[in-house]
Amino acid sequence: MIVLEGVGKTFVTRGGEEVEALAGVSLAARRNEFVCLVGPSGCGKSTLLRLVAGLVAPSAGAVSIAGTAVTEPRADTGIVFQAPTLLPWASVLDNVLFPLDMMGRLDAAGRARALDLLALVGLAGFERKYPRELSGGMQQRAGICRALVHDPDILLMDEPFGALDALTREELTIEVMRIWAERPKTILFVTHSIPEAVLLADRVVVMSARPGRIAEIVEVDLPRPRDFDMEARREFQDATRHIRELIFGSRHGRAH
Amino acid sequence: MGAPIKPPLPRWVADVAQPVGALVLFVALWEMVCRVFHVRAYLLPPPSAIFTDTAQLAGPVLMHTLATGETVLLGFAASVLVSLPLAVLITSSPLIANAIYPLLVLTQAIPKVALAPILVVMLGSNELPRVVVTFLVAFFPLVLSIAAGITAVPPELIELGRACKASRWRELWRIRLPYAMPFVFSGLKAAITLSVVGAVVGEFVNADRGLGYLIQTSTAFFRVPLAWGALVLLSLMGIVLFQVVVIVERVFFPWAVDLDKQTV
Repeated sequence: MIVLEGVGKTFVTRGGEEVEALAGVSLAARRNEFVCLVGPSGCGKSTLLRLVAGLVAPSAGAVSIAGTAVTEPRADTGIVFQAPTLLPWASVLDNVLFPLDMMGRLDAAGRARALDLLALVGLAGFERKYPRELSGGMQQRAGICRALVHDPDILLMDEPFGALDALTREELTIEVMRIWAERPKTILFVTHSIPEAVLLADRVVVMSARPGRIAEIVEVDLPRPRDFDMEARREFQDATRHIRELIFGSRHGRAH
Repeated sequence: MGAPIKPPLPRWVADVAQPVGALVLFVALWEMVCRVFHVRAYLLPPPSAIFTDTAQLAGPVLMHTLATGETVLLGFAASVLVSLPLAVLITSSPLIANAIYPLLVLTQAIPKVALAPILVVMLGSNELPRVVVTFLVAFFPLVLSIAAGITAVPPELIELGRACKASRWRELWRIRLPYAMPFVFSGLKAAITLSVVGAVVGEFVNADRGLGYLIQTSTAFFRVPLAWGALVLLSLMGIVLFQVVVIVERVFFPWAVDLDKQTV
């Protein structure tokens, strides 16, 4: 579904310095696979996501979706950002409909789908509210609906729970798994949290920094549906310890 | 449980009664000082003299007020009409910004009082130079705040627009400008106040009517209470126009008012 071949990305800073954000990244995500990207800050996780979104062009290599090269944003991807970034002047429903509106595809079917999605994430009855009347978690739920409203095949999530408190975070993790089970999509999910990645993903892509490279791709061998009770399982603990070792080196990994 | 909590003052007391009460007290004190110490009227006229002298000439004073109001509104409208496209242009590319900003700063460096007589020679002895001076005094902060608002949009929203294949035009109208609204209104509030200043500057240099003109002529004839009356009317005009902007923001952009409060 999503294929990256030898992808590199070099940014030029204001001072004219070249910064290599990604180098030699090759990755293939299957249709409806849940792939998490973890790694230290500056490992290019977010850049990788923006390459797939078509918001950034690669300096080397190629990105393709379903066989065609990504050269610009595509209608079959949806994005969720770290901050909900809802429009403060628009109601929750209008925020969810915003992508359709911008694409000039606003119709009754889209409206019905938006209401459906809002019900799916537990925001039924909040359609006419404004973002400021919602909690952070509810705003991010609306942000997820907005990313899904045009029914994309691919969902890109850039640390979507990074700004939320721990409890809301767990709640939304379960929520995302439920949505994914009900409406299968290929998901690329960037996170700082190793347990979150292991719980969510079919495969966890572990990245190293400066320049961003793939250190290893870890298969997660846990049955679905999953929940937080699985954190006690040996497979879960093996996977998290292994990923931690990859990121911090073995000594640090054993100490925890 | 325990002692009953003293109910807080109703909102309207704090919002209206307190400032009005303070104002009445201030005016009464002023009147008293003038009477008790026999202050000469041309130095500091008592409020009662200001009122009676101004009220005697109610007809002409109204005419002068309307004349100034016209200059203020025309100058304000001109600054809004020019500032919006100018701010959009400045924010559209760093190249254009670098070209325009020095020119803008230049227009601000010129003392408007010094420029006004030259404008009168250029544009003729009519309403136009007054409106141009008003515009020149008022538009600069407006351009700056609109430009600041347009560039303050979170990058994620711009990415979202791009991901939805929104054209630059759509991005501007549907994302950037609405987002800039709280900034636009803080600029408008500055601009409307400055417009009153600009109109008076214009009238001082060249006018045959208007409150600025009235102040000049009445002080020339030592009719100081009348000059004070014109001064009071000018302040009232400034306050009323400012409040109109505030009300427009509250009615049409309530979310912008909320954002204002969050940032403060």
